[in-house]
Amino acid sequence: MADITAPAYRIIPIIPALKPGAMEGKGPFVAGDKINEAIGFPAHLVDDWHDKAIEKMGELLSKYRSLRVFMDACVHCGACSDKCHYFIGTQDPKNMPVARQDLFRSVYRRYFTLPGKLFPKLVGARDLTREVLDEWYNYFHQCSECRRCSVFCPYGIDTAEVTMAAREILDSVGYGQKYSNEIIGKVHKIGNNLGLPPAALINTLEGLEEDVKEDTGFDVRFPIDVKGAEVLLITPSADFFAEPHIDSLIGYAKVFHATGTSWTLSSMSSEAGNFGMFIGNYDQLRKIALRIREAALELGVRRIVIGECGHAWRVAYSFLNTLTGAGDGADANDRFAQMLQKQLDHRYKQPSHICEFTWDMIEDERLSFDKSKNDQHIITFHDSCNVARGSGMGNLPGGQFEIPRNIIRAVANHFVEMAPNTTREQTFCCGGGGGLLTDDLLELRIKGALPRMEVLQQVVDEQGVNFMATICAICKAQFTKVMPVYGFDRRMVGGVHQLVSNAIVLGKNK
Amino acid sequence: MSSIEVGGKSYETDEEGYLTDLSEWNAEVADYIAKTENIAMTDAHWEVVNFLREYFEEYQIAPAVRVLTKSIGKKLGAEKGNSEYLYGLFPYGPGKQACKIAGLPKPTGCV
Repeated sequence: MADITAPAYRIIPIIPALKPGAMEGKGPFVAGDKINEAIGFPAHLVDDWHDKAIEKMGELLSKYRSLRVFMDACVHCGACSDKCHYFIGTQDPKNMPVARQDLFRSVYRRYFTLPGKLFPKLVGARDLTREVLDEWYNYFHQCSECRRCSVFCPYGIDTAEVTMAAREILDSVGYGQKYSNEIIGKVHKIGNNLGLPPAALINTLEGLEEDVKEDTGFDVRFPIDVKGAEVLLITPSADFFAEPHIDSLIGYAKVFHATGTSWTLSSMSSEAGNFGMFIGNYDQLRKIALRIREAALELGVRRIVIGECGHAWRVAYSFLNTLTGAGDGADANDRFAQMLQKQLDHRYKQPSHICEFTWDMIEDERLSFDKSKNDQHIITFHDSCNVARGSGMGNLPGGQFEIPRNIIRAVANHFVEMAPNTTREQTFCCGGGGGLLTDDLLELRIKGALPRMEVLQQVVDEQGVNFMATICAICKAQFTKVMPVYGFDRRMVGGVHQLVSNAIVLGKNK
Repeated sequence: MSSIEVGGKSYETDEEGYLTDLSEWNAEVADYIAKTENIAMTDAHWEVVNFLREYFEEYQIAPAVRVLTKSIGKKLGAEKGNSEYLYGLFPYGPGKQACKIAGLPKPTGCV
């Protein structure tokens, strides 16, 4: 790590000078045989990878109409080119969103359009060679699927979907990424991304009960596998394991305690994250999501609440209904989806985000806070990409921006915003999303954090900000790692419910 | 697969230098891995590494950072029971770097 230095802040944040080939390479570690076989993927690159890949591309083009539209619609206007944090940080022109798409589009043209079949050179069509496949692997693992570029695209082309399609094709020929595929295997086998077995989970939760008792004098519980609880909390497993994540978990528990809500975690479904989305694989996405349904049915809960995890909330908010039958959209012929529909309490949004839960309780005046407990912090808020651009909260448009900010203002006295072209729907990715939060991509992660670090520096210098709150486990882990490289203290980052935890008054306002 | 050579014996590791077979681990290997991480093992380092191995033996996973800091705090005094102390020993992060030296698998996920 010592040999990777942070890129210098740009004096004027414009398109950086190009450095062609700056991020050429082999990409992150490739998944090995055991990892791939465990999740039903070909063990390694198959012999007939070319034909299989083209076949898969054809399948995806017919399955996802959006993908074909994205392939055909781009007019290369360049509006997206300087919007990607990885392009800004690495200066590699292939990290311009349009160029990244063209890695895929050129192959699409060669095999799926008439001009590309007849006159490939004239229309920028390329054969799918081994070099092209390797280039895909490298550069489609330099996109965090954050969708910032698509905000600026006049046609609404979603680069994330192109990246997902490319990764799915790569996986289908046995050329997947170690980090994501290993994690998916652990979820299926053990129940969470970390591989925390139930005994370790229970031990950790018991420890937390002792800690909170010692800190506050209150018996705040961290229940697990409790049948008949009102709320099932599905949270990223990092919340049980890492810092600062665990402080938000304590915050959720205090909110449930203070509002007298019965709740439970599930040892079988102890993960909110869903890496099936990162690799663009619907079957994995669904299989992982179904663990939530299984736990909800097993425990007989009335509500499903999702913890601070960006892409988990995108999956929950946007897809959990059709994947599992939570909320509207349960398949009439899916017996378990129908059971879940009947079981859940539809006076509440299903699923709910923990921020929605907490904000509702604040509005109902069922929580009280001593805001001065956060007076040591001057706080800013980093919108996480999947929450910002892939979901909503509450009943108003933009609720996913307002509700976390409302909570911060309710529990703390000092809140300031970062530059408006870098927050809300225009937020920058932390640099570690979309399956890239792995040590073998650390250089990319450090460089990709550049635009966020630049504007953070601004509010640090001008307004004395010393805490950046966020509601995503990946953002928390990524910033903890890369902020010291930019000269910030790693403890500057934390969760919204960490702030809630600091200020909440327990044992009052039941 | 990669491997490391320690005391005339070869040990298989993964791409990132984590020992593949936990049972092969010994103090010499730990010292060797620590050196590749630019860490000179002291009693304080060993205290952490030994706790990690004990915990792993019981739970098949490394302890949460908080569990680790609490245990170190109990053993060595409250002033050492915090993540600052652990980062001082293992600058790349106590979770991953200490696990690597202790011969445990790398914690995966959003950590």
